[in-house]
Amino acid sequence: MTRTRKRLALALAVALAAGLGAGAATASEGAELPKQHWSFDGLFGTYDRAAAQRGFMVYNTVCAACHGLSLVAYRNLAGVGFKDDEIKAIAAAKEVQDGPNDQGEMFARPGRPSDRFAKPFANDNAARAANNGALPPDLSLITKARKGSADYLYALLTGYKDAPADMKMMEGMNYNAVFPGNQIAMVAPLAEGAVEYADGTKPTVPQMARDVATFLTWAAEPEMEERKRMGVKVLLFLIVLTAMLYALKRQIWKDLH
Amino acid sequence: MAAKSYSNPIVKWIEYRLPIFSFLDHELNEYPTPKNLNYWWNFGSLAGIVLVIMIATGIVLAMSYTPHVDYAFESVERIMRDVNYGWLLRYIHMNGGSMFFIIVYIHLFRGMYYGSYKAPRELLWIIGVVILLAMMATAFMGYVLPWGQMSFWAATVITNLFSAVPLIGESIVTWLWGGFSVDNPTLNRFFSLHYLLPFVIFALVFVHLWALHVHKSNNPTGVDIMGPQDTIPFHPYYTIKDMFGLGVFMIVFMFFVFFAPNFFGEPDNYIKADPLVTPTHIVPEWYFLPYYAILRAITFNIWFIPAKLIGVVAMFGSILILLLLPWLDRSKVRSATFRPVYKQVFWVFVVDCFILGWVGANTPDAEFHGLKMLWIGQAATFYYFFHIIILIPLISVLETPKPLPDSISQAVTPGGAS
Repeated sequence: MTRTRKRLALALAVALAAGLGAGAATASEGAELPKQHWSFDGLFGTYDRAAAQRGFMVYNTVCAACHGLSLVAYRNLAGVGFKDDEIKAIAAAKEVQDGPNDQGEMFARPGRPSDRFAKPFANDNAARAANNGALPPDLSLITKARKGSADYLYALLTGYKDAPADMKMMEGMNYNAVFPGNQIAMVAPLAEGAVEYADGTKPTVPQMARDVATFLTWAAEPEMEERKRMGVKVLLFLIVLTAMLYALKRQIWKDLH
Repeated sequence: MAAKSYSNPIVKWIEYRLPIFSFLDHELNEYPTPKNLNYWWNFGSLAGIVLVIMIATGIVLAMSYTPHVDYAFESVERIMRDVNYGWLLRYIHMNGGSMFFIIVYIHLFRGMYYGSYKAPRELLWIIGVVILLAMMATAFMGYVLPWGQMSFWAATVITNLFSAVPLIGESIVTWLWGGFSVDNPTLNRFFSLHYLLPFVIFALVFVHLWALHVHKSNNPTGVDIMGPQDTIPFHPYYTIKDMFGLGVFMIVFMFFVFFAPNFFGEPDNYIKADPLVTPTHIVPEWYFLPYYAILRAITFNIWFIPAKLIGVVAMFGSILILLLLPWLDRSKVRSATFRPVYKQVFWVFVVDCFILGWVGANTPDAEFHGLKMLWIGQAATFYYFFHIIILIPLISVLETPKPLPDSISQAVTPGGAS
């Protein structure tokens, strides 16, 4: 009886694992993404504040020209360690449309910490018109919306290469090793020294790609650190509780059969 | 049910008018339960608890959600970013859906292995299948609410299935959509129904339990309860066992919520729905993959019946056919423990369901060691129906079961019944 039971349990566990494995396998189609090591990996991962702040700088100087970050507010930047006065300065450097005022006019004013990140284009059509018909996606959720998350972003940003000789490139498209179909409308956005880091880090392309991938992972999952911290406590509590319930179960069932 | 006397005057007053205390005592406390239930019997109560968790988190999420095509996606992100512990509520609700299906599928396979659907529990089983159908409708509509790319395109694909109905198909689809495509009216009604259906499920669960409590739980031997020596009171024995099982389950559940919250999801659903951009690969949630494989396995017309219609019928039929299981299986022996042949094919059937799920996750053109996914899906679909319609009745008549124990206590006590 117990042997059958164990076999039953094992078979189902194997089957379940196979099913989950199948799900994971389908998630990894497309180009192979080399697994990078990130500060936010694992059960205790946190965002490397310095990298995220450098990443913000890359976003702000390079990406923000075309890509919005519409779900993030300037005040949220406190999450990667910016001070209140720094956030005020970052927001104030942007022009935000407000209104209507009591004359019924829309007006521009400097941004405030409570504003969402300013959008680069008034609407999608304006964005397409400025980008050869391509629509630069909003980056607020980009790491959650792509298979491979930060690894994908890093591989994409460092994946610009010369097109193979036998490949026919469409007009205005650029060759990228990891982009689906290998033809991407975005011109290689990062070039050595595209930004000047305040902390003296050397702005190489891989360095900037890593930093902006860290920043955008934070932008997509700003709750991650709190989530993982709480998760560790919850799991520890549940493991102790379950062990106690098991002991109690043994105690209560002791006198049976 | 011997009338109990209660000393508390308020309890006494209520009990005289509405005997709820003796009812609870009878159904939850002294309720006689077979003494030999194994851990596979934990999944029924687990499913009930997950239903309550889903309703509780769902009600709170609905307070911050906006069912409008222009705001739904952003309102979900607002829950994730600005609502206090909104991310926790949403991740519990989102992963709770997957957990609910894992639990219910195990519960269902347990019923199939131990013959829990056989007389006198046929109605109990049928109500269970109806609960599964209601769950699937609820889950499908819930998946549409965040209004991501997969929400939109899954809704489009699934509702379009009804266009396969002869003559009135197109009209049905327009009626379901409330327009000429999946749009705001569709989202509104899906939200309304997604809120309603869990309470319908709750009522169905009550009836399911009612039917259960008439003839009591089946057990691993499949032998009827003969007398008090075969049972133990539900409390404290099964309350504590269920609590322990709940603890183990919560460890798994909470691991996903806190450390891999998007494991069961599709990245595409973090892109806002766009009717003009079709995702390269539309897949349903994992718990629908086997049915999706069955739907896509039918690529051929039969006489004048179009392939699409047959596919849709096969897909819905794969669940509806379970309703007939109590009559397809003619064996008087319930538990597969004593059915050497059925026991083997049962596991083949379980593996077949996993193969269907795996095929459903891939495109039909994909190849596995030179075999087209479509062919694997067709073979697995054939086996699914072959198993239920042919193998189960045939084995139930031809197989010689092993000798059954005289009673539950004889099976569990080495020396025999007391």
